[in-house]
Amino acid sequence: MASYIIKRFLIMIMTVLVIATLTFFLMHAIPGSPFNEERGTNDVVQANLEAHYHLNEPIYIQYFIYLKSIATLDFGPSIKHPTESVNELLGRGFPISFELGMVTIIVAVLSGIVLGVLAALKHNGFIDYLAMACAVLGISIPNFVLATLLIQKMAVDWELLPPATWSSPMHMILPTMALATGPMAIIARLTRSSMLEVLTQDYIKTAKAKGLKPYKIVIKHALKNALMPVVTILGTLLAGILTGTFVIEKIFAIPGMGRYFIEAINQRDYPLIMGTTVFYSFFLVFMLFLVDIAYGVLDPRIKLHKKESD
Amino acid sequence: MEKLLQVKDLHVSFVTYGGEVQAVRGVSFDLHKGETLAIVGESGCGKSVTANSIMKLIPSPPGKITAGKIIYNGQELVTKEEKEMRHIRGVDISMIFQDPMTALNPTLTIGEQLTEGLRQHQQISRQAANQQAMDILDLVGIPNPKERLRQYPHQFSGGMRQRIVIAMALICEPELLIADEPTTALDVTIQAQILELFEKIQKETGIAIILITHDLGVVAKIADRIAVMYAGKIIEVGDKREIFYHASHPYTKGLLLSVPRLDRPEEKLIPIDGTPPDLFSPPVGCPFTARCPQAMEVCEKVYPYQTALSDTHQVECWLQDEKARKPAVL
Repeated sequence: MASYIIKRFLIMIMTVLVIATLTFFLMHAIPGSPFNEERGTNDVVQANLEAHYHLNEPIYIQYFIYLKSIATLDFGPSIKHPTESVNELLGRGFPISFELGMVTIIVAVLSGIVLGVLAALKHNGFIDYLAMACAVLGISIPNFVLATLLIQKMAVDWELLPPATWSSPMHMILPTMALATGPMAIIARLTRSSMLEVLTQDYIKTAKAKGLKPYKIVIKHALKNALMPVVTILGTLLAGILTGTFVIEKIFAIPGMGRYFIEAINQRDYPLIMGTTVFYSFFLVFMLFLVDIAYGVLDPRIKLHKKESD
Repeated sequence: MEKLLQVKDLHVSFVTYGGEVQAVRGVSFDLHKGETLAIVGESGCGKSVTANSIMKLIPSPPGKITAGKIIYNGQELVTKEEKEMRHIRGVDISMIFQDPMTALNPTLTIGEQLTEGLRQHQQISRQAANQQAMDILDLVGIPNPKERLRQYPHQFSGGMRQRIVIAMALICEPELLIADEPTTALDVTIQAQILELFEKIQKETGIAIILITHDLGVVAKIADRIAVMYAGKIIEVGDKREIFYHASHPYTKGLLLSVPRLDRPEEKLIPIDGTPPDLFSPPVGCPFTARCPQAMEVCEKVYPYQTALSDTHQVECWLQDEKARKPAVL
């Protein structure tokens, strides 16, 4: 197990490094510089500014400076927010984005599984059709459309919930709903189909023949086996939710990391682009790692450590 | 001998888009305590459906017991609620299935799967349940039960898994074990071991066994009585010697002739021509008529009544009728 984790950790570092390198060269391939919009700067000031941020150095020197800052996890000051360092900006935005992302994934996974299981148990019944109709809607409606619809109905027309910002649990409901519906629908459909398959397995019949209670058969014998595909797709869904947060944060005016990410690219704020990208990619790679660990917990046949000699 | 189980005129149907399949069409038999009854017949003759009906494990819908009685120890099972059946399954009647590779849940330890039934039906501590699980693994011949309890199904071979499946069925000390083709998925040497295990268990616990199989070799080894099923009906029943040496239904004879015999290697195997009838619309007469070498006009039109050849040997065939026994006058 320990050797597996170390190996995975090294791969994670490599992955982040590749992403960081690609980001660096893509970022410099975009025309323009952070100071294009500055007014009243003459050439001397411009040159001084560039020198201050090492932008006058050859590209490979800049690349090494960039790698060094990743290695030390100190991304330096932001160009557009001169009073704050990138680390400070991330430190402020990330907890909020993280909260939104986690609440979303928890809501999506729990409700998706419950819906999927109910649909499978009542196969071809009313609940099944209802759940699957909801799932198709959930998959088809983009989250930004759902978000505006929710704001219009729940906040503006009926005045039930606050329309924007992020301060109390009440504020969390609409953004979470908007963001969680898609993943929930995917999980529900997946859970349903894999539950239906598992329920026809021989070991379910064996469990019935033992006289076990139905809920025990469903939860202990069926669900644990049916969740494998759900865990598999969780990695992809996490990436989807991550990018979804950019949009949702913008719509609901949530002061998370997403706006820095978009802002930074628009304004060529190199240190901030680098900081957000490296941070996000590391976070995502780490989540995928957790997903892999979850496999081993769910299915004993998947061994995470070295092969046993049979 | 005391009767443990009586099945009376059991009818089971499956309603499908194509119509109603009458899988079991009036099966009756008795089972005594401590006895082994083998139900033999080719695929699709309704033997597994009969077995599953006793446990009420017919998937419903589409399956349904349309008529008949199943009386276990004086209790009528057909009319019992699902909730009441849960107290019978695993406790009084257990069942083991054909394929040990799929009958065990791959994500739970052997110990968990062995003890969960026990802990469901009895007030028993985890420790005591584990002890009982170890004892039962010992009985079915699995060495190192203590370590084995913590292992998962994929760490066992096929034969070992079937032993575990048997242990699981026996752990609540039921009086009746229904084994649905328990050796079909195993290779021949393992088959023999499992059959010996059945004999040993029966000797030690006095359990009654209903053995569902199409393998007459298996039957010859452990059955006391044999019921031969064809197209949803029991066409001949008798004790082992009566069936093997005095088979009187042409179908039973055909079955016996189609099994290779080591003591007569020069004999050719004679297959039974044709296929079993379509159970969407079963024939009114004897269902074997179309394949029967001795078919008569009456066979096609009227189902034969039961003839008792001895106290234990009954057959449903027109050849037993007085008129058929007379040599034909040309």
